[in-house]
Amino acid sequence: MSPGNSKSKSRFDGKIITDELAGSISRVEELAYILKVSDVMTSDIFSLHPENTMDDVMASMREHQISGLPITDTKNKKLLGLISTEDLIRALANHDESASISKYMTSDLVTVNSYDFLTEALKQFARTKVGRLPVLDVKGHLTGIITKGDVNNGLLNALQKDYQEEEVRRYRASHLFEDIESDRTSLLLRYDIKHLDFTHGGTASSNIKRALLRLGANPQLARRLGIAIYEAEMNLIIHTNNGGSIHVEIEQQQINAYIWDDGPGIADVEQAMKPGFSTATDDIRELGFGAGMGLSNISRCVDKMNLQSELGKGTHLSLQINLKREDSVGESYPKNK
Amino acid sequence: MNVQELIQLIDGRLLTPDCNLDREINGGCSADLMSDVLAFIQPDAVLLTGLCNPQVVRTAQMSDIAAIVFVRGKTPPPETINLASDEGIPLISSPYGMYELSGRLFKAGLPSLEMPISN
Repeated sequence: MSPGNSKSKSRFDGKIITDELAGSISRVEELAYILKVSDVMTSDIFSLHPENTMDDVMASMREHQISGLPITDTKNKKLLGLISTEDLIRALANHDESASISKYMTSDLVTVNSYDFLTEALKQFARTKVGRLPVLDVKGHLTGIITKGDVNNGLLNALQKDYQEEEVRRYRASHLFEDIESDRTSLLLRYDIKHLDFTHGGTASSNIKRALLRLGANPQLARRLGIAIYEAEMNLIIHTNNGGSIHVEIEQQQINAYIWDDGPGIADVEQAMKPGFSTATDDIRELGFGAGMGLSNISRCVDKMNLQSELGKGTHLSLQINLKREDSVGESYPKNK
Repeated sequence: MNVQELIQLIDGRLLTPDCNLDREINGGCSADLMSDVLAFIQPDAVLLTGLCNPQVVRTAQMSDIAAIVFVRGKTPPPETINLASDEGIPLISSPYGMYELSGRLFKAGLPSLEMPISN
């Protein structure tokens, strides 16, 4: 029922949406393709019938504080026309207030469907310059009115909801420890890391950092643990035979992380800990890693670190961060300032 | 300086249109070695780099980096851009080299946020 989509106003119209173009679609534009007209329209609408008079129109506009209203068939809810303040002014200018609505109403109507995406309504607003569009349901009956204000409110509400969802998640997670009672509660996060999986490298540490922030940890602490785990995660990707595992146990007072693999193991742990020592190949260095800073960097980020390794057997790294301490080890560097 | 002002200063091209351009930048750091970045960068820095893989974004996310500038007009692959969009980290490509860019930013009042080595 929406005539003339040909002259449309979306800047994507008629273009094939390539990856590059898709990257430039804003969240608002995305929402216009997700929200339906029925999500934002006003459905509690007041309507009159063709045989009512222009006097009735004036009274209704005053009473409901509206500047336009739909005219429907008396028997069914079929939409017959629309009457606006301009139509009313024409009638008043002619001293013709007692005339029936059918004489002044606009019956050549642009409508949208309740099941259309919001973008369809936006197109019609841009094309026709009208301020309101009647909305029809599946059967073609009037079910609501949509104005530009409705569209704005709908989009703003949806954006607000996006934002609130993250807030709610954060709120729920941050109360986890208070809400669950035990003698000692801990949350265990487990991740399996694949050897040479550079594409997903950092996903585990990223999720761990996000989890900590949602749990209400202070951002400095989340940063410290994030960096430590990220270095360890990259070590599993670069320096193992079969990848390895990361377990992070979060308690209210402390966080323990265990990172282990089954080989090849480190020949000289003390040497490996020295800043700048590295066994990484040129390929790895090209990826920006292998500077020999990993282990010393990890130890700077955590409160306790224990590295056990045996050639041919594997490596076991355990890290501890104490949640009571406010100052961050990584940030206090250099210490003599 | 915020991200928007940074883009103007370096004739940059924003690769992640949805990111928050009001985010404040407190200083800078230039590096191609991500381990160096992880070890020595302080929060809210702009990172100048020639490295284009997704690990740059992961590193930025872990280190609370405010924006990433790719030097010498480099454009990272889609997986890097997508990851940055998801994580809300602005990616900018600038035609200038790393030395020129570091100089411009330093002159504009952005200090080094790379901690010196103490021993």
